[in-house]
Amino acid sequence: MEKRAIFQGRLLPFALVAPQLVVTLVFFYWPASQAVWQSFLQEDAFGLSSEFVGFANYRDLFAKADYYRTIGTTAFFSALVTALSLSIALFLAVQADRQLKGATAYRTLLIWPYAVAPAVAGVLWFFMFQPSLGLVSQGLRGLGFTWNPLLDSTDAMALVVMAATWKQVSYNFLFFLAGLQAIPKSVIEAAAIDGARPVRRFWTIVFPLLSPTTFYLFVVNVVYVFFDTFGIIDATTAGGPAKATETLVYKVYSDGRVGGDLGGSAAQSVILMVIVIALTAVQFRFIERKVQY
Amino acid sequence: MAEVVLTGVGKTYAGGVTAVTDVEFTVPDGAFCVLVGPSGCGKSTLLRMIAGLETITTGTVSIGGRVVNAVEPAERDIAMVFQNYALYPHMSVYDNMAYGLRNRGTPKAEIETRVREAARVLELGDLLARKPRQLSGGQRQRVAMGRAIVRKPQVFLFDEPLSNLDAKLRVQMRVEIRRLQRSLATTSVYVTHDQLEAMTLADMLVVMNKGRVEQIGAPLDLYRRPETLFVAGFIGAPPMNLIDVAIGPDGLRPVAGDAGIVGGLGIAVPATGARLGIRPEHLHVVGDEPAPEGGIALSYTVSAVEAVGAETFLHGRLGATGPDVVIREPGTIAAAPGTVRRVVARRDDLHLFDRETGRRIPLDA
Ligand SMILES: Nc1ncnc2c1ncn2[C@@H]1O[C@H](COP(=O)(O)OP(=O)(O)OP(=O)(O)O)[C@@H](O)[C@H]1O
Ligand SMILES: [Mg+2]
Repeated sequence: MEKRAIFQGRLLPFALVAPQLVVTLVFFYWPASQAVWQSFLQEDAFGLSSEFVGFANYRDLFAKADYYRTIGTTAFFSALVTALSLSIALFLAVQADRQLKGATAYRTLLIWPYAVAPAVAGVLWFFMFQPSLGLVSQGLRGLGFTWNPLLDSTDAMALVVMAATWKQVSYNFLFFLAGLQAIPKSVIEAAAIDGARPVRRFWTIVFPLLSPTTFYLFVVNVVYVFFDTFGIIDATTAGGPAKATETLVYKVYSDGRVGGDLGGSAAQSVILMVIVIALTAVQFRFIERKVQY
Repeated sequence: MAEVVLTGVGKTYAGGVTAVTDVEFTVPDGAFCVLVGPSGCGKSTLLRMIAGLETITTGTVSIGGRVVNAVEPAERDIAMVFQNYALYPHMSVYDNMAYGLRNRGTPKAEIETRVREAARVLELGDLLARKPRQLSGGQRQRVAMGRAIVRKPQVFLFDEPLSNLDAKLRVQMRVEIRRLQRSLATTSVYVTHDQLEAMTLADMLVVMNKGRVEQIGAPLDLYRRPETLFVAGFIGAPPMNLIDVAIGPDGLRPVAGDAGIVGGLGIAVPATGARLGIRPEHLHVVGDEPAPEGGIALSYTVSAVEAVGAETFLHGRLGATGPDVVIREPGTIAAAPGTVRRVVARRDDLHLFDRETGRRIPLDA
């Protein structure tokens, strides 16, 4: 069935899409094009004038060890958060799927974190793990661990990884649970009769059948870790100590806002933009083909 | 090879629904047992208890002399064919069939031989590399069968395996399943609500109703001598005519409508009343001949005639206003709607049931 509205004249359709167009133009294309333009400019030390420098900002960026370190940090951080949030969510979803009766309460509890804004989550975790007063820190100290994410870079990384993971688990959980429930019960029963024990059943039947969900979540999580964790990092460690938790997105902010290097910061934004576009393209390609099994 | 023995088997689900009550029967080694009954009567539940997919609330199930109540499905040495086939969607036809063997650590060469053999028997040879979604319904059905036979289990379990196929394919697969089961001589339990499927497949037919067994026996024995009203109405198509009867001055007469029955049966009808059963194919339209010895004659008002060539179905009523009765005559017969005809049935073809208890009242006693 074709659904097509017929409009008299030209004006009405434009009027109808105009708000959407304006929003997209003002909040996406305009800043994006600004960033691209900005990335080709260099300001003088006082920010009074700027000149066109071509790809100099990009060359500078890739010439500094600093940037590679941030790439490394981001890769490490993303890999850890994605792997953790996917596997924890999958584990919880499998448990919930087993006893769906009690799952409504269980499910609600697990969705909560997702309703919390990243910055709030960051503050929450910051307080819990605050070296001198934080509840968890005191507990850890009581157990004989020294814990200081403000000074120790490993502790800081652990903290942002935990906070970022905690936030993403609920989203992944919902998708995994839905994916699990879409697997016909009789297929699992057939495998049980076919002599596959639960663990083997999981890896040979359930996990492969979940692969479209897993792939979708993988892409979504990578995008999340790259961009949405800004609030968490800003509220907990502010990229520190000694830039140990500075990810690509955070560096855009700290170089641009704090360091005042607008050209370099813009160049970094453009690179990030290219990464998102690439990820989205990959996702669309696969979703379209539905990740064949 | 093994016999399957059920003793006092019952199932009450967690919610308090009792689906199966006190079921007791033995499927002899190599026999084809069919569980048949209306929707919701507990057939699947019973089958799943034999498979180990549901816990057994009361009683015991044993396979090959071993009580399996606490044995995992994998260790019961059974194979099951599901209504929706339950093929592994991400595996090729070959892998679907090989999966159970691999799980049991069968050597690779042996797996290959067995899968090829099953594929040959089921004519799946060209499809081994395909995924289930690339197969037709009938082919999927065959793969599900193949998955069951490669394992060479002690017992085959089938839960309405043909109900997703079209009528023609269903007949074809029915014959095939029977042939296969004969040649493998594997004990089988087959669930269906289709009485034709049940009659044609079974060595042993178990008719269930509301979680209980109504009657067990060879299909033709159940047809000839149903022990309860339920079985009488369930086995046979079109179903048996059941007429409420009472004793009048000149013998039996229907409770509703005018006296359309001529001739008594010489037996006492219970005070609670009885129901007379006559299959459509056992009623014959006749001229003036007397009723057969000990049998009955009815006066029948024809209301509709359905001639389908090989046979003719008459719809009408007993007497002028009595209960509806269907007659099935071989070939074509001349009977115009609105006419009153004389109809007879032999004594051996009559069934009498207690209306209250539903039990058969013997006519030969
Ligand atoms: N998991 C369950 N929990 C509670 N009640 C159930 C469950 N499964 C089945 N039942 C109930 O048990 C009864 C028997 O169900 P069952 O599936 O065995 O019927 P069936 O004879 O196979 O019917 P059909 O021909 O429709 O498949 C039904 O009343 C059904 O509602
Ligand atoms: Mg069923």
